[in-house]
Order: sequence, then structure tokens, then C-alpha cells
Amino acid sequence: MNSGVTPYILISIGVAFDLVGAIGLIRLPDVYNRLQAATKCVTLGTALILLGVVAASGWSAMGIKALLAAVFVLWTSPTGSHALARGAHIAGVPLWSGSVIDKYKEDTGR
Amino acid sequence: MSGTVILTLTGIITAGILLCLLRLLKGPTAPDRAVAMDTACTVTTALLVLLALFFKRSVYLDVALVYALLTFMGLVAIARYLERGI
Repeated sequence: MNSGVTPYILISIGVAFDLVGAIGLIRLPDVYNRLQAATKCVTLGTALILLGVVAASGWSAMGIKALLAAVFVLWTSPTGSHALARGAHIAGVPLWSGSVIDKYKEDTGR
Repeated sequence: MSGTVILTLTGIITAGILLCLLRLLKGPTAPDRAVAMDTACTVTTALLVLLALFFKRSVYLDVALVYALLTFMGLVAIARYLERGI
């Protein structure tokens, strides 16, 4: 393990993003707002933490596994959140009263 | 990396997981709880990665990878259930 300052910076930024995503999950008003806050912040935060581990361990078993996990998180987390938002809209969860537009309803008529 | 810094960051991440669990308890609808569960699981993946760095064991990264895979499959199953029932 090398001891540069890059892993500290990457992991600290990732942890900050994760915490902001969790706070957004508490503070925002309806399920779609919570979904976008939680998904974007937490995906980027976790991927940054994993890239920090890659920067800390280099081309060892740990670094390669962390790189695989980063690719996997970046790939699957937005996919799952998209499926969940679509499922919530079809299941009829109402939008927040302050929302101004519903493009999915305009496009599909449901 | 020094152990103290990693332990501090682990504490912050644990606070984030507790916030997600609060939403899991409060959430008014089922998708709210599913979002909270997904977020808590992804943050738990990050926590496992930090623990792997702290204990210098790459086995924790295997656990994190499998945990992310199971989170994704569970979330897609819940989304399909919300869409059209079982």
C-alpha cells in the first residue's frame, strides 16, 4: 500500500456524498425526490470510496476486487432505481403537491 | 491509510445507515421503504469496503460484491411486484 494523499481525498469525498444522500432521504418530500437524491449521491459516493480503495491498494487482489465492485455498483444502482421509480409510478404513488410536471403520465397516459 | 481516519469515516457512514433506517421505519408507502432499503444496502457496501481497508483483508470485498448483487436483484424483484403484482 502506498501512502499518498489521493486515497484520503477520494474516500472522504465519497463518505460526504453518502451522508448527503442519506440526509436527502430524510428531508425530501415524496418518493421520487427521495429516489433521485439517494440514488445519485449514494452511487457516486460508493463508487468514489471503491476507487479510493483502488488508489490505496494498487494492482493487488484487493484493488482488482474493488475495481470490479465499483463497475458493478455504477452499473446496477441506476438500473434498479429506474425500475423502482417506474414501478412506483405504475402502482399509483402520488407526486408531491408542489410538483409541476409529470412527463411519464403525459407520454403514456397512465 | 491510518486506522483512526478510517474508523472516523466508518462512524460517519454508520450515521448515514441509521438515517436510512429511520426512513425505513417512517416511510408512508411501500416504495419509500424500498428506496430506503436500497440506499441502506448500498451504503452498507461502502461500509464493508472501509472495513476491508481497516482490517487489510480482501475477503470483505467479496462480501461487498455479493451484497451489491443481492441488493440489485431484490430491488428489481420489488419493482416488478409494484408494477404488476406477483
